[in-house]
Amino acid sequence: MEQRNDLVVCEGLTKVYGGLTALDGLDLKLERGRFVGLLGPNGSGKTTAIKLLNGLIQPTQGTVLIDGEKPGVHTHSVVSYLPDRPYLNDWMKVCDLLDFFSDFYKDFDKVKANDMLKTLDISPLARLKTLSKGTKEKVQLILVMSRKAQLYLLDEPIGGVDPAARDYILNTILSNYSEDATVLLSTHLIADIERVLDEVVFLKNGVLTLHETVDAIREEHGKSVDMLFREVFAC
Amino acid sequence: MQWQLRGDRPIYQQLMEQITEQIVSGQLGAGSKVSPVRELAAEAGVNPNTMQRALADLEREGLLYTNRTSGRFVTEDREMIEKIREQIAEDRIAEFMAGMSQLGFSASEIIRLLQKQGGEADDDGAKK
Repeated sequence: MEQRNDLVVCEGLTKVYGGLTALDGLDLKLERGRFVGLLGPNGSGKTTAIKLLNGLIQPTQGTVLIDGEKPGVHTHSVVSYLPDRPYLNDWMKVCDLLDFFSDFYKDFDKVKANDMLKTLDISPLARLKTLSKGTKEKVQLILVMSRKAQLYLLDEPIGGVDPAARDYILNTILSNYSEDATVLLSTHLIADIERVLDEVVFLKNGVLTLHETVDAIREEHGKSVDMLFREVFAC
Repeated sequence: MQWQLRGDRPIYQQLMEQITEQIVSGQLGAGSKVSPVRELAAEAGVNPNTMQRALADLEREGLLYTNRTSGRFVTEDREMIEKIREQIAEDRIAEFMAGMSQLGFSASEIIRLLQKQGGEADDDGAKK
């Protein structure tokens, strides 16, 4: 049964690259107002799933609906996406990027972006290419979180960031997504993020193996999601 | 306040326990106003939904109540707070006794050690 509150609905979502099935029949519903961790080892289909949600690639089979529509013009206006690798022109200054984003997206909040830059001590006049890897990641995340979107798709947002900034960034994500927005965040740094997650989705070889709330996992298994992950995906 | 969250138990339960401790220890006084959910969640570094669940469960237990217009408050029922405080003390003592008996101490030995420790603590207090 389709509920009105479901922001994301995937049915039988499948992506085959040549002979490789990257995502295999994913059935997934995400409600509004949730902070969801998309977890899985390398090559489990996390980025493929996020790209399908974002309409960057087309499914081989199955459907995906966001806010009731297939990925397209409408969904692009309500989805804020952070790719897993840098995509911004690195000759641009940080302040140019803010202008760029506010030209592009009606829902971009420049004041908020500037506040976050200030807190993280990033100069708006710096050119992107002069910044370290971690600082570049922070800038990208600030840009993405400064939109007032309904769905935030964050592919590995904290991988290259130091632990202190990681806490700040997580708190930034927490305090910046509105009550009816959902955040889907892929990562393998589970221990760092599980206290902020509502629920987790485990992917293994392109197949969904678990979709549960963090506290339900702790109640049922008597261990953290991090520990469970290490067990389920032990090599 | 300082929040300490461990990995092996549901987060909302740990939040409930720590708020309860705040109340019985008087840091969060009877009848006082509780901070907004989002503020508390940010402070503890947890998801607002999780904090909301902890507060809702504490309301169900009667330790907190919501006033429709002015927010969430600690109960005025001091008797109830005292009862919970004693309950927590009993639980802690039982836990301690179990640990000590695992080390091979009998109840009377434990009490003797406690009295000695208690006497020293009183002396310390007197010096200050």
